[in-house]
Amino acid sequence: MKILVGVKRVVDYAVKVRVGSHGVELKNVKMSLNPFCEIAVEEAVRLKENKGAGVSEIVALSIGPKQCQETLRTALAMGCDRGIHVQTDLRGDYMELQSDAVAKLFQKIIEEKEKDADLVLVGKQSIDSDCGHVGPMLAGYMSWPQATFAAKIDVEGNGLLVERETDQGTETIRIPKLPAVISCDLRLNEPRYATLPNIMKAKKKKIDTFQAEDFGIDLEPKNKVLEVFEPPARKEGIFVDDVNQLIDKLRNEAGVIP
Amino acid sequence: MPLTVLTDDEEMIQNSVKRWGNQHLQPALVREMEKNERISPSIIQDLFTQGYMCLEIPEKYGGVGLNFTSACITIQELSRVDPSVALVVDVHNTLVVNAIRFWGSKFLQAKYLPKLATDTVSAFCLSEANAGSDAFSMITTATASSDGSDYTINGTKSWITNAREAGLLLVFCNVDPSKGYKGITAFVVDADSAGVHIGKTESKLGLKASSTCQITFDNVKVDADHILGEIGQGYKYCIAILNEGRIGIAAQQIGIAKGCFDVVMPYLKEREQFGIKLVDMPAMQQQYAQAATELYAAELMMYNACRLKENGLPFAKEAAMTKLFASQITEKISSRSIEWLGGIGYTTDTIVEKFYRDCKVGSIYEGTSNIQRQTIAKMMASEP
Repeated sequence: MKILVGVKRVVDYAVKVRVGSHGVELKNVKMSLNPFCEIAVEEAVRLKENKGAGVSEIVALSIGPKQCQETLRTALAMGCDRGIHVQTDLRGDYMELQSDAVAKLFQKIIEEKEKDADLVLVGKQSIDSDCGHVGPMLAGYMSWPQATFAAKIDVEGNGLLVERETDQGTETIRIPKLPAVISCDLRLNEPRYATLPNIMKAKKKKIDTFQAEDFGIDLEPKNKVLEVFEPPARKEGIFVDDVNQLIDKLRNEAGVIP
Repeated sequence: MPLTVLTDDEEMIQNSVKRWGNQHLQPALVREMEKNERISPSIIQDLFTQGYMCLEIPEKYGGVGLNFTSACITIQELSRVDPSVALVVDVHNTLVVNAIRFWGSKFLQAKYLPKLATDTVSAFCLSEANAGSDAFSMITTATASSDGSDYTINGTKSWITNAREAGLLLVFCNVDPSKGYKGITAFVVDADSAGVHIGKTESKLGLKASSTCQITFDNVKVDADHILGEIGQGYKYCIAILNEGRIGIAAQQIGIAKGCFDVVMPYLKEREQFGIKLVDMPAMQQQYAQAATELYAAELMMYNACRLKENGLPFAKEAAMTKLFASQITEKISSRSIEWLGGIGYTTDTIVEKFYRDCKVGSIYEGTSNIQRQTIAKMMASEP
């Protein structure tokens, strides 16, 4: 089985972002591997290590500026075998490069460079645009089966058994035959730390670079961002004296109970 | 390049250690290890797995093959979370491992570097009860057998960091007291050798989780091929290794000071009195700006000392100045940090009271501040 894992370079989860003149201010802001992509990488590595799934190779794919090489290096340090960098300076946080173009770039990479990919693992969403589109869109374009929000993945014969977390509970999906696309949710696993030896060894692993414009895809955004603004500052709460006062406020001020 | 601009590798390492420290050394665990006066064995194991115990060991011996700056960055980032854990890494890498790398025979390197890289903690055994700053007055002896094929070590070393965890000891002994310090010879000793007794653990003000014990050597036999380098050259090795080891201590101190600011700045931005956030109060501004300036200076000194060493340039004076200054400013910053946090700074609810106690030894070990100044003065006096 050959696995392709998407790894996106996003604003670090701990950063308190500010809104500038063109969306979120990205200059000098700390960037990291998207947490859900990290979970996808971890799952790919575990599949290779443990489940006798016969994983031959894990290829990490990142789309973005040259600093994506660092993101790829983290994925390589965690255990991916090689990396692909699709170079573009278009902003990936929904401002310029959007889900449809990304899904199509993934498709091009599979069709032109990694024809024998059996499984695509992506994070369920990225923490900058929070769309959650690429997994399902790619499955649609490839006409491959998909399972999103995976909380558990097991190999079953020639296919996979995936438990999905939904708002109503856990759903189990059987993918009888590969190839397929799976998007990974929080509870799927706890990613390993990349050890220093592995970080240094990752330097020797191969990263192939391609230019996003060379794939003949329209990279223009399909949706226009009209305005980016911070949510209104949270107002201070108040103390109430008793339950009756609480009910009164909930009913008559907040209007949340009849 | 500016001193504070790291290479890509160094930056990746810094991010990686910072992340591991923040996520893996949880505050509750740090406090528990302090209370037990013991670093948990699983953390020691993790230090090896993460590669923190073999930072500069070449890859061919199982190490990561990094530079000295990377070692100091690692020590600094660990110190921000737990300076006791950082100390294990510091002593192991900068004192023992490096000494073996610099002066160890091929035999010793091949035998021990792989172990030191994967599972064996080490300790640097120099000081004695009556030989601290005056280390060369040591009375631990190593007596040669009649054919010179082995030596017998007798004596007691004091204040030994990592004593309880160590599998390997670098022991400085005098093989010929009639020669004074020119008899001092360094021996690589397996900690489980017959006659090695780990003694009384010191109960300390700070760095409590770090084991500090006396080690007694009672007729401990060591083969002659376990001598590090040359007989009678031990005094040179110990000066040389401490010259660079003290940059690592400076890194620890700087990490502690940063750890203090990590707690203080968010607090100052949130806490309000008299309708003003503490961060905006003029009196507070004067203090924390001054402190941050001094910390910045110490950090630059540390990076510069690292770069001088990496480039094969003289660095002993700069290293002494760095350790001296870093320990001084950290003592002040940790003390101030308690004041800036007010009442809660004085409780164990925040970590700064621990940092205040932890950093105090910075002006004592690996050369007291008086010794640092004396070293600097001697070098200045002999400059043309």
